[in-house]
Amino acid sequence: MAEVEKTKENLVYAKNRLLTDVVMHYCPGCSHGTIHKLIAEVIDEMGMEEKAVGISPVGCGVLAYNYIDCDWAESAHGRACAVATGIKRMAPDKMVFTYQGDGDLAAIGTGETIHACNRGENITIIYINNAIYGMTGGQMSPTTLVGMRTATTPQGRDINLHGYPFKISEIAAMLDGTCYVTRQAVNTPANVRKAKKALRKAFEKPMKGQGLALIEFVSTCNSGWKMSPVAANQWMEENMFPEYPLGDLKERD
Amino acid sequence: MAKVKGTIEVDRERCKGCDVCVVACPFKVLSLAPKVNGKGYHYSFMANPDACTGCASCALVCPDSCITVYRKVVE
Repeated sequence: MAEVEKTKENLVYAKNRLLTDVVMHYCPGCSHGTIHKLIAEVIDEMGMEEKAVGISPVGCGVLAYNYIDCDWAESAHGRACAVATGIKRMAPDKMVFTYQGDGDLAAIGTGETIHACNRGENITIIYINNAIYGMTGGQMSPTTLVGMRTATTPQGRDINLHGYPFKISEIAAMLDGTCYVTRQAVNTPANVRKAKKALRKAFEKPMKGQGLALIEFVSTCNSGWKMSPVAANQWMEENMFPEYPLGDLKERD
Repeated sequence: MAKVKGTIEVDRERCKGCDVCVVACPFKVLSLAPKVNGKGYHYSFMANPDACTGCASCALVCPDSCITVYRKVVE
């Protein structure tokens, strides 16, 4: 059996140069790592390394600036869209994106998010929806599924007490300011490839001045869900995807 | 007939042993090592290297970007 030499001409996939060598603090199997990788690859392929400005949120993604080698700003909890609006208006040639979880974007930052979508700011929102407050220990978030057990809903989410899961992508798709709203996942190689194409589109469309692009990643939080990474991916396929179906919700030129 | 052969290199110290690559591999090449790395994780390794085609499925789903993939067409 012939050996495959580990040389440059045989290389097909390696860690992107925009990902730093810092070991990520995320739990094993966390979707954040895969999404960071896609962001780095897309920025590199677009040649926007010098022009990309990320806004990191409060949540597990707060340390994203340690992992992706582009410009970053840190915002107060939930206010990433407001900070991104300011940066984009002052420097329209920059590719401004926010990276927010459901606790940041869909809870405390709902007002900023919806108004940024409605104003049609030329920014990209990357929204990680894992249906839980991951960083603070797995409490219920607005996107928690009905009946889902969390640290603050030990009997499962009750619609009479806590209401229904909050679908911010559907709301954003209805607003006139958004040009591209899509929902993706990174649980399988096929979904990772699809998500990368969608992410590239979500970065390109606001740069053409078409409006705001929102890309939601349905993700896992295996520590918060108290599962192994593989079981969490399976649980997500069985329970999250029926509630948050994948695919494009809106595309406008 | 020409065959595509592949191989991967796992950054053992970055690997957190999440098992996602083991499940993603369509040819069941990967497995978690009985040994652990410096952080105490059972790192991923090629248990069945002859079956690898270099499809990069493992590397695509790896959250910690610790897999490098090589591929070559052999006669």
